[in-house]
Amino acid sequence: MTELKRTPLYAVQAENGGKFVPFAGWEMPVQFSGLMAEHQAVRTQVGLFDVSHMGEIIIEGPQAFDAVQFLITNDVAKLSDGKALYTVMCVENGGIVDDLIVYRENTQRFFICVNASRRADDFAHMRAVCKRFDCTVTDVSDEYAQLALQGPHAAALLAELVDASVQAKVAAMEAFSWLDAPVAGLSWVRIARTGYTGEHGYELYARSSEGDALWRAIMRVGDKHGLLLCGLGCRDTLRLEMKYPLYGNDIDLEHNPLEAGLGWVVKFAKGDFVGKAALEAVKAQGVARKWVGFKMLDRGIPRHGYPIAVDGQEVGVVTSGTHSPSLGEPIGTGYVPAHLAALGSRFDVVIRNKAVLAEVVKTPFLVREK
Amino acid sequence: MGVPANLLYTKEHEWLKQEGNVVVVGITEHAQSALGDVVYVELPDVGSSVKKDATFGTVESVKAVSDLFAPVSGKVVAINEALTSSPETVNQDPYGAAWMIKIELSNPSEINDLMAPGDYDALIAG
Repeated sequence: MTELKRTPLYAVQAENGGKFVPFAGWEMPVQFSGLMAEHQAVRTQVGLFDVSHMGEIIIEGPQAFDAVQFLITNDVAKLSDGKALYTVMCVENGGIVDDLIVYRENTQRFFICVNASRRADDFAHMRAVCKRFDCTVTDVSDEYAQLALQGPHAAALLAELVDASVQAKVAAMEAFSWLDAPVAGLSWVRIARTGYTGEHGYELYARSSEGDALWRAIMRVGDKHGLLLCGLGCRDTLRLEMKYPLYGNDIDLEHNPLEAGLGWVVKFAKGDFVGKAALEAVKAQGVARKWVGFKMLDRGIPRHGYPIAVDGQEVGVVTSGTHSPSLGEPIGTGYVPAHLAALGSRFDVVIRNKAVLAEVVKTPFLVREK
Repeated sequence: MGVPANLLYTKEHEWLKQEGNVVVVGITEHAQSALGDVVYVELPDVGSSVKKDATFGTVESVKAVSDLFAPVSGKVVAINEALTSSPETVNQDPYGAAWMIKIELSNPSEINDLMAPGDYDALIAG
């Protein structure tokens, strides 16, 4: 069996009570003080996550812009230097290779953050597609540590650590913008106003060798802001409350962005991209199934893989489900036939051979102001 | 300090307290700690039969479902309804308020197969 990899933040997390589990080939903390407390901290104060397992890929060169535009479904022409966008990347038949964030450094250099579980596949896909463009595709994942600082107090905490010369700039950052600045005595940190929790927050990239120092600096000023260290457990409950998809659970090569409710990142008018023709056909016919959010009407917690049934007939499947810490009740997402996707539609979730009634609800499950 | 000396244990981290021909069953401190915050407990109906080593219910944390295994065979004569409204009791008081079911033994000799406190301590230490 191959050994699990450890991020640059393994040591400091182990020192501070992290409970480690395997995730996508990495040894990652699932929790520190407890999932409920950590989840609550992110929603009301501030939480710190190690997300260094994520991948980073750079596409650079005279045709980098055209290459990225062809690779992704969203419109990279919308970006200016210092801005980022969320998108999916598809294969020819419209299946989703990954969801990712593209940061524009300049028209010839794009920094792309991808899921840990998809890093190798994304890199192979991007290299293959980019062959026809004058650009290079480089996997730089090992060069970076990445931390996520999320919650209402994240801005105040970060303000204590950024160099005085960029204080005002950082304070004024808009969502999906980013900048490079000295932070906590380190000469370079990439500060991005992005996140996977629904709260105001930041994803911070540091050089691998400096990730530990950045983490410790954040911890040193954390108490007064109510900082808790957070693991993958609450990362999942936080994103699920926002109905953010998780690759491998909710989206994958067997699903296209239109049925996954991600049509908003598919910009047909921008020009050609991988999967466009297939997605245009889906759009013309209408999707057969839809990714919906639902709540349980009887006791039971929906989980990934549980069947969705109507009158004893299996018609769909749960892709993500949990007990929502913020709502105090179970929530779930899954694919159902398009005619069962309207708000209020009811179906059964089969939980250990028992049919338990559920109802489609408005999502996100929790409304947050960022 | 080890696990309570007046209980018996299973490899699946359940504890058992014998009260004549009825036993009280719950999960151990080690189990609740490994689970994390418990949010849901599913128990069998009173009157149903349980079989040694077969599942009798589930305990769910936020992120996972765990089966509960019957340490002995018999009839369920009581279940702890309080766990329906307060599943977090499992984390707070696993050996006391979070007892889960009471089983009337159908095969009392099965008690001999359970682990003594010292053996269970050794299991979770190693």
